[in-house]
Amino acid sequence: MKHKGFLAKGSLLMIALLALLCGAAWAAEPQAVMMATTTSTDDTGLLDYLAPHFKKATGYELRWTATGTGKALELGKNCDVDVLLVHAPKAEIKYVEEGFGINRTLVMYNDFVITGPASDPAGIKGRTVAEALAAIVAKKAVFVSRGDNSGTHKMEQELWKASNLAQPEKESWYISTGQGMLATINVAAEKNGYTLTDRGTYIKYESDKAGKAPQVILVEGDAPLRNQYSVIEVNPKRCEKVNNALAHQFAVWITGPQAQKLIGDFKLMGKQLFTPNAPH
Amino acid sequence: MDYLFQGLLEACRLLLGGDPETYSAVAATVRVSSYAMAASLLIGLPLGFILGHLRFPGRRQARLVVDTLLSLPTVFIGLLVYAFLSRRGPLGDLGLLFTLPGIAIGQTLLALPVVVALTATAVESMDANLRVTLLSLGADRWQLMRDTLWEARHGILAAALNAYGRVMTEVGISMMVGGNIKWHTRTITTAIALETNKGMFAMGIALGLILLFIAFAVTATVSLLRRK
Repeated sequence: MKHKGFLAKGSLLMIALLALLCGAAWAAEPQAVMMATTTSTDDTGLLDYLAPHFKKATGYELRWTATGTGKALELGKNCDVDVLLVHAPKAEIKYVEEGFGINRTLVMYNDFVITGPASDPAGIKGRTVAEALAAIVAKKAVFVSRGDNSGTHKMEQELWKASNLAQPEKESWYISTGQGMLATINVAAEKNGYTLTDRGTYIKYESDKAGKAPQVILVEGDAPLRNQYSVIEVNPKRCEKVNNALAHQFAVWITGPQAQKLIGDFKLMGKQLFTPNAPH
Repeated sequence: MDYLFQGLLEACRLLLGGDPETYSAVAATVRVSSYAMAASLLIGLPLGFILGHLRFPGRRQARLVVDTLLSLPTVFIGLLVYAFLSRRGPLGDLGLLFTLPGIAIGQTLLALPVVVALTATAVESMDANLRVTLLSLGADRWQLMRDTLWEARHGILAAALNAYGRVMTEVGISMMVGGNIKWHTRTITTAIALETNKGMFAMGIALGLILLFIAFAVTATVSLLRRK
């Protein structure tokens, strides 16, 4: 019965190996600030560009999980992250009022644009947001929504409201993807529809398509379209385990002169994606 | 369609060119699925043996429960494990959220029903005479279990490979519990989800091919060991 020895040895070896691997995983844990953020800051490559600078300036690593603003805020509520970088001002203000976050500070903005097929079936090019949305409703043209409670989705809901239009829900022309921004633009392209996107993600999309983008910007520059990003520290009084010292250091850094300049210099296809506007 | 071919080229470039991001995701995938498989086999084999070998009241009901758990959706496991590991959850103090061991816990839950159910089936289908023979040779309970499992090894190996396939390809748990953090908890599957969301379909396909390649390497190794 030679195999018994083999089996016993095998399982012993496996346990030893497991212990070794686990030990290594836990031992090599440097101090890092954990951030929840939105897909737009990650998809555009802004965070990949900023993180090494943050490390150089402070010695700490920046780690982030990119989701919609809705989930990012929820992760903060559950004390699972130290800091948030999000873009839904109304929800954020309420969030801070309810005691979930502290020290909300403006960081930067870009703007939203309405994109659609170049053929523009509802004829919205160059019009105001309210006119454009009304034309889309009247024509029953396809409109693709994030539908994921993200900052962009919240902005879209506000725009319907501000334009005195009923929030579309089950209309056959209204498509709710429940996915990230780039995925949603791709759905709009497939369906020959319109969608609302932040300009940063659109530039990234345009650059990926190398000049052959089926979706083009049709409505831009209207006042309600500004997209403000803010940094919020998760409230350490509610969440004892969060690393507020690091969160605060990150918030100070990203609103400070060095990071603000870096944000302004960040370009894709020669176009500036975000405009820094932290208060001095 | 051209991104299918592009994906193939990209996969070769990433693997041969030693792209550090890809290798980090490969390492995370292999590590986390190894933890999960080791844990689910250690827990699942004895349970599967008990379920397949012993006759106890409530056994059929237990079997029904295990078979039902085979259909556990990965996103649901992800949410469940998140609820426990979140700092506001009962196990929050362990600090396992957004770590590989955290993902491994979820994947162990995913693999466990597969290991238990298929081991039980393999043990059940053993010749009934085996038990009598082993007992007449004077085997105690521990030896009985060990030798029965050994005799059922081919069925159990199939169970392990099946569980491994589920663990390595799942995305719901890794995304929810791991958070898809670059250099840390980004696995091949969450990287595929990310690239696809970004509209980088060729990159997604490249990563998918790499995952298939790892699966091939694992199954080839196993079948080699089996022949020996």
